[in-house]
Amino acid sequence: MKTFLLRRFLAIVPLILAVTFITQVLLIASPGDYFSTLSESPSMTPERLEFLRAKYHLDTENVFIRYWYWLSGVLTGDFGYSFKYQTSVWSLIGDRILNTLLLAVGALLISWGLAIPLGILSAVKKDSIVDRLAGGLSFVGLSIPSVFFSLLMVLFAAKTGLFPVGGLHDQVYWDFMTPWQKFVDVIWHLFLPATVLGTIGMAQYMRQMRAEMIETLSQDYIRTAKAKGLSLRTVLFRHALGNAINPLITLFGFSFAYLLSGAFITEFVFAWPGMGRLTVDALIIKDEPLVMASIVMVTVMLVAGNLLADILLAAVDPRIRLE
Amino acid sequence: MPSNATSIESPPDGSGMPSGSASAVVNRTPWQILWLKLERNRVAMAAMWLLVLLYALAVFADFISPYSYDAQDAKRSFHPPHLLGRIHVVDEQGNWGRPFVYGSKLANVYDKEYSEDRSAKYPIRLLAEGSEYRLLWFIPMKTHLFGVDEPARLYLFGGDQFGRDILSRILYGGRISLSVGIVGIAISTSIGMLVGGIAGYFGGAVDFGLMRLVELILALPSLYLILVLRQSFGANMSSTQLYLIIILILSFIGWASIARVIRGMVLSIKEQEYVIAAQALGFSRMWIVLRHILPNTLSFVIVTATLSVPFYILGEVALSFLGVGVQEPEASWGNMLQAAQNLRYLTDYSWILTPGVFIFLAVMAWNVFGDGLRDAADPRTER
Amino acid sequence: MSAEAAAGRPLLSIRDLRTYFHTSDGIARSVDGVSFDIFPGETLAVVGESGCGKSVTAFTIMGLVPVPPGRVEGGEILLGDRDLLKLPESAMRDVRGNDISMVFQEPMTSLNPILTIGRQISEAILRHKDVTKVEARRLSIEMLSRVGIPSPERRADEYPHQLSGGMKQRAMIAMALVCRPRLLIADEPTTALDVTIQSQILDLLNDLREEFEMSVLLITHDLGVVAEVADRVIVMYAGKVVESAGVVDLFERPGHPYTRALFRSLPSLEHRGEALQVIPGNVPNPLDFPSGCRFRTRCPIARPECATTDPQLIEAAPRHLVACPFSSDGGDAQ
Repeated sequence: MKTFLLRRFLAIVPLILAVTFITQVLLIASPGDYFSTLSESPSMTPERLEFLRAKYHLDTENVFIRYWYWLSGVLTGDFGYSFKYQTSVWSLIGDRILNTLLLAVGALLISWGLAIPLGILSAVKKDSIVDRLAGGLSFVGLSIPSVFFSLLMVLFAAKTGLFPVGGLHDQVYWDFMTPWQKFVDVIWHLFLPATVLGTIGMAQYMRQMRAEMIETLSQDYIRTAKAKGLSLRTVLFRHALGNAINPLITLFGFSFAYLLSGAFITEFVFAWPGMGRLTVDALIIKDEPLVMASIVMVTVMLVAGNLLADILLAAVDPRIRLE
Repeated sequence: MPSNATSIESPPDGSGMPSGSASAVVNRTPWQILWLKLERNRVAMAAMWLLVLLYALAVFADFISPYSYDAQDAKRSFHPPHLLGRIHVVDEQGNWGRPFVYGSKLANVYDKEYSEDRSAKYPIRLLAEGSEYRLLWFIPMKTHLFGVDEPARLYLFGGDQFGRDILSRILYGGRISLSVGIVGIAISTSIGMLVGGIAGYFGGAVDFGLMRLVELILALPSLYLILVLRQSFGANMSSTQLYLIIILILSFIGWASIARVIRGMVLSIKEQEYVIAAQALGFSRMWIVLRHILPNTLSFVIVTATLSVPFYILGEVALSFLGVGVQEPEASWGNMLQAAQNLRYLTDYSWILTPGVFIFLAVMAWNVFGDGLRDAADPRTER
Repeated sequence: MSAEAAAGRPLLSIRDLRTYFHTSDGIARSVDGVSFDIFPGETLAVVGESGCGKSVTAFTIMGLVPVPPGRVEGGEILLGDRDLLKLPESAMRDVRGNDISMVFQEPMTSLNPILTIGRQISEAILRHKDVTKVEARRLSIEMLSRVGIPSPERRADEYPHQLSGGMKQRAMIAMALVCRPRLLIADEPTTALDVTIQSQILDLLNDLREEFEMSVLLITHDLGVVAEVADRVIVMYAGKVVESAGVVDLFERPGHPYTRALFRSLPSLEHRGEALQVIPGNVPNPLDFPSGCRFRTRCPIARPECATTDPQLIEAAPRHLVACPFSSDGGDAQ
């Protein structure tokens, strides 16, 4: 187990190097840099522009030199300062990561919390009305574009007033709230974006859960369990579920990656202060240190998700050994 | 003791059921069997016809839409949809007649409230004259499927902030949003099949290198990669360039998963007798890959391609919605939704969400059709 | 059956059992009017080709026929005074694994891969007996040791994939017998195993039957297995019982033309050097059985009247029932 974790951690390093290097290449390939937009301002002299570019090593087109400047900084623990905000990128990213994680976890809870019971129910009641209804709904969930769904939910919130139309928490009363009230307020703000983000995943996992469960229930060992006189509940939960859920655990790792990508749009529409919006803005104005740090963080979160899935899989399935 | 084909061994799983009408074996090609199975799936067939309809609407967008996608009317910003109670069949005298609309008056400039001006009726005409266009990008025409006479304007699904007809923009936008899926899938499937075929067949260092590349692409959160890629092309580009770039970027991400699966299939197929026989006959490797191996992966590829069309449609929508895809005044289903980011527009003029319904329908139809295709291509399903 | 009644009250009595499968292509009459008894302490073998309904019969007794498409259309399965077909599902669960247990054909896939062997055995005890978990574990280990699994304490904590095929089948037997059932149904218990392991498992079953004073219903297509362990034999063909006899009687004087054909298709020392005979034709399609006698399409002594009359089991000799009115006409001469 220890060697497994060590090996996996070591495997992250080349991945992050590759990802950041590609990002650096693409950033250089795109026309202009952060200071190009500033050059139009009258207070900016060509000399000053030259100075700034040299200071931030933007004065060379050589990918390797630029990348080395960045990498040597990172190796000493310095991810640099955001051009736009003029503060260290960590101070910008820290909160954003937590917010994105919060949204992802909320969506994860909603999608898996609904998908697994519904999938089991559909499998056990295969071809019944419940199954058909769930199947139809899952197609709707699978097909509804997150842009459209998010906007519909904002519209719903605005028309009914039942939920806030966006943001992480209440802007006015936040500072006067007790910790408990703050918690409730964040959950209240989280509900709609997490639902939107969770729905598409839910539909997919439900279909998968149903298929795996039907497959598992036709296995010989389920017949053995029934032949022992075990109740349907015991057969389902002790004998079938553990086997059926294995393929979904791998999906769980991927779902994290999906959520990070999918969160983009949802964060955008719900004005959720997460990584997505920060990265888009940084990309558009070419705030390079911020873009690079965002990409590193997103990649790390992704790998962490996959790692978590591997560990869970080993915990559930005795045939898998982590070595 | 002879064992027999009509085995009903191990009945509890239901799979060992009598296979029944073994006499009804007619020689059909795999494609005929696939089609026969698909034809019996009514939901999938409905989805297929919906797709045919949507794509036909996009192809004939300039004929079907009453206006051009960029025909503005500053005096009719956010005109409400005529379909919501503004089409009449009974006039003031109580006589039934052909459907007509009244002209509209801006009753409240700030809230964009329009009242009906009952002084004149404008019947909805079939095959009305309108702006010039080229049918199928070729035949010059002025006739549109329907329309109303000037100075009135028809807004079946309502108008946007510039007074453009949303229905017309949806139809034109469909050309971009729907074709992205088809073109994108064609590109990425070709790349995926070629790369997967080469990696699987040649193995060794080629395989290793290509598969690491595939893993790298799959390991990245796709929308981040798409955005970084998009930004590397800069901002100032013509709409055609942008359209091509969007497709290229989405295909660049999309080929990886196809390549990986094709490689797996090739690995198993290349050990089969007929491939070894082709080798023994002295055919070149490339010939064997192209002629013998890839065709065997075809039914799988078609199913996968169908099921991944939504990725391209949604990718374009996301990029255009975020403002880095198709640019105004060009219409796409994604950039039409951009206006809805304004909360007041969204709540007061909710009809601007209509393109979302079309995205949903198209994605749903592709998903359902792809699912039906997968069931039909699966030799395990009997019906 | 007056002669058999002398041997005491049957443990399990099956009367006119009919289990059909309703498929999209029609109704498969997999078990169609089967009657037989199992007496305490005996091993009754049910023999027949694949698809003759022998396994479906076993699953019907266990109440494990999948519904739909399966359905028990009629008949009785009497365990003592109780008709198992009339028991509610909850009461039937108390019977399964407790009064009647089953060992399956595929030990490789019949054990749950994610639960330890010990857990899978002890959950059967915990389900049916009022014991603590510790006690259940002790009983499980005892049973594993009894079925010949070395170092049972260690094996109890292992997972199925860590055991060989033969060991898995022993574990399956331990699981089936741990509640001391009165009847063990063994569905082709050795088919999936190596030949050397096969006879070990059969010996084990025989020993355990004597030790636990239970009856065994052995489902097999292998007449060699029958000769080795069975006391009595039932031959099934196309959903019906065609012959029923003591094992010696059956091997020496097979009555039904089908049984005779089965023996002729076996290699034997007596007929060394002769070509083996195959039974002409195919097993009939259960969706569309021939009218009258279902074997007539492949029968060497078939007559026109076989197509119209459904042959009943008649006592050809004491305790020897044959469902063919012409069996004494010497079909063997063919």
